[in-house]
Amino acid sequence: MSRRVRTALTSLVALGAVTLTACGEAPDESGSDGGDFQACMITDTGGVDDRSFNQSVWQGLNDAAESNGDIEPSYLTSASEADYEPNLSQAVSKGCEVVVAVGGVMTDATRAAAEANPDVFFVMVDGLIDLPNVYSVQFDTAQPAFLAGYLAAGTSETGKVATFGGMKIPPVTIFMDGFAEGVAHYNREKDADVQVLGWNPETQEGSFADSFTDQSAGRSLTQNFLSQDADVILPVAGNAALGAPSAAEGTEGAKVIWVDFDGCEAAEQYCALFLTSVMKNIPPVVADTVTEAQAGENRTGSFIGTLENDGVGLAPYHELESEVPAGLADEVSALREQIIDGTITVDSPASP
Amino acid sequence: MTEPKPAEKPEPDDTAPVTPAPETAPERPAEEPADQERRPGFGSLFLRYVTTANTVMVTLYSFLLAMVIGAVLIIVSDPAVRGTFTYFFSRPTDALSASWTAVSDAYAGLFAGAIVNFTTLAEFQAGEATIGRLLSPISETLTYAAPLILAGLAVGLAFQAGLFNIGAQGQVIMGTVGAALIGFGLHLPAYLHLPLALLGGAIAGGLFGAIPGVLKAWSGAHEVITSIMLNYVALSALGWIITNEFVKDPDPNKQYAISKPADESSLLPRLAGMLGIDAPGLRANLGIIVAIAAAALVAWLLAKSTLGFRMRAVGLNAHASRTAGMSVPNTYITSMGGAGALAGLAGATLVLGISPHALTHGVAGEVGFDGITVALLGRAKPWGVVAAGLLFGALRAGANTMQSTLPLDMVTLLQALIVIFIAAPALVKAMLHLKVPAGGLATTTAKGW
Repeated sequence: MSRRVRTALTSLVALGAVTLTACGEAPDESGSDGGDFQACMITDTGGVDDRSFNQSVWQGLNDAAESNGDIEPSYLTSASEADYEPNLSQAVSKGCEVVVAVGGVMTDATRAAAEANPDVFFVMVDGLIDLPNVYSVQFDTAQPAFLAGYLAAGTSETGKVATFGGMKIPPVTIFMDGFAEGVAHYNREKDADVQVLGWNPETQEGSFADSFTDQSAGRSLTQNFLSQDADVILPVAGNAALGAPSAAEGTEGAKVIWVDFDGCEAAEQYCALFLTSVMKNIPPVVADTVTEAQAGENRTGSFIGTLENDGVGLAPYHELESEVPAGLADEVSALREQIIDGTITVDSPASP
Repeated sequence: MTEPKPAEKPEPDDTAPVTPAPETAPERPAEEPADQERRPGFGSLFLRYVTTANTVMVTLYSFLLAMVIGAVLIIVSDPAVRGTFTYFFSRPTDALSASWTAVSDAYAGLFAGAIVNFTTLAEFQAGEATIGRLLSPISETLTYAAPLILAGLAVGLAFQAGLFNIGAQGQVIMGTVGAALIGFGLHLPAYLHLPLALLGGAIAGGLFGAIPGVLKAWSGAHEVITSIMLNYVALSALGWIITNEFVKDPDPNKQYAISKPADESSLLPRLAGMLGIDAPGLRANLGIIVAIAAAALVAWLLAKSTLGFRMRAVGLNAHASRTAGMSVPNTYITSMGGAGALAGLAGATLVLGISPHALTHGVAGEVGFDGITVALLGRAKPWGVVAAGLLFGALRAGANTMQSTLPLDMVTLLQALIVIFIAAPALVKAMLHLKVPAGGLATTTAKGW
């Protein structure tokens, strides 16, 4: 078969395929657009589908749009930190009524944009800006981490629990502080001696993966803890934390507590290993703030997510519910009430 | 390394023009003999030039081919446009116009975001838009271009000495550290502080860049391997440095990993302020001037200085250079040190020119890696690198404004496609049936692979 014939045949087949797929009916012309209240989000370098902060803020905007058709959410992606400034000013110049900035590193750029545009309403997630047109949203995760520590201590069969962080920075160590305090509280209440590996709240020293992406680092830290007989692990290390359930999978009785989001949604495949998750409830606060702004009520000041306002909390126990003794679950609920009414205070040097 | 000169341009000799290798132009054999009989006119010379795979045309065609492939991907990736193709035969105009709109909107948006937005220009002339809005696209382009040019020069200078500096990213990171430490560590008047901070970045990057040079000179370790690995060293070192007591911002509201901000006196002044334009939003700063001055210096170094001659000689043929009495090891060290200093300067312009003027984990972005592509596109020549850096800066600036219609990754993709075509001139030649130029196809690569 000559080359020309072969080419012709190939083209014919391709044309046929195109013809078949292209035979649909033309739809009627119609135009329906979303609302006209533009709620714009500026992602940090993680992007909108990072299974973390950005994704939950985007979720919140979409929730708001779903319940109120006048809100039209959109986002601008930052590929690098140098993109924060132009993205913020682009959001302002395209007429966004609400600009939601995500991530602490964007704080300075957002403050500058808010000062330059006093008529635009800004929401700063995970950073604090003291300006009348900015609403700052932060989370005191030490509180639910305390509950998780208590729960871990009560569930542990070996009397050892462990935690490790991605990097030694306050947003990470706040979890580890709360966790260690929760364990200490259990020891006092029950006269027990459950040990915490990987973090010492007094010296503020502990184990770190030195990465938020390196899963093998998370895995080897976890294996290390498991070999020292720890059976409940709290990894606070972004994607590197995925190394923990992957290492725990092969060990009988090993459990993992996820952070930021419900582990059974963020990393479904490991749901059977997740005792619970220390959650930040970002979507509701973002959705409410935007919905109120659309109604003409701009929130001012700041929001600190606590157990009391449901800004933070523990996720359901999911598949491991049977492993948690009934008494313990009640004690955790009671502790939650005590933290809310102020009988117990959870202190971390990193609390907002 | 580029080939020694002759490949650059087809010379319009007085003698009969060289007939290109016949296998590349089978479809028009009849025209060639006619040309040979008399001196070719401008038209045919031009035609021959644009149909030859010379450096300039390959670069231009690479860009155009990347745009064409980009256009196809724009059409395919847009669900609305793809939808119109499902009923192509019942109303083909839909698919064609939707495709055309998607592609032209994207590329027009890219231009408007990078050079000038004609709508804004009209509004400005009518007195409805501020000068700041009019100049903001070009200001963004210059802002992004400055570090890219410097990083491109860092890779290009090493190319000239026959070295492939993949470690630019690490050197940029070290440059950010050096500049930031001087920026917030010292408190000096601006005329001293800014030059010192820039110098600090250059020295930090230069010392770090010299390491692969030293390793190659003393032990023969390949600079590609060592410099790649040093990128990781630099990134981890940055993580450690930021959380260090002396460096970390003590502000209790800054819970995330960020260093103290550099003093106002060490920051690169913005061009708008220097030119007396009242537009605080324009970010373009002195960095672009620093970058162009660095390019001029590198151009002079390579063309006029003994050191530059030695670098090029070693790059062309290390054995011959050694025989001629040059110290090859020393040249490796100085070339990599100089390259590192340029990359360090890129880091300094990032910290001193772009908010938040402090060290963070992402402070260097991907500038060092983009520098490799900039150097390839600029053929490792200083002014070529300036042009390539401006182009990539424009793509980045344009991408930011285009992203409401197109994903940001599209620009990364365009950049990658351009570089693939540049690195493989034979591919461009084959796709467009170009002729081989007199000196053969020119590629930019390091020796010793």
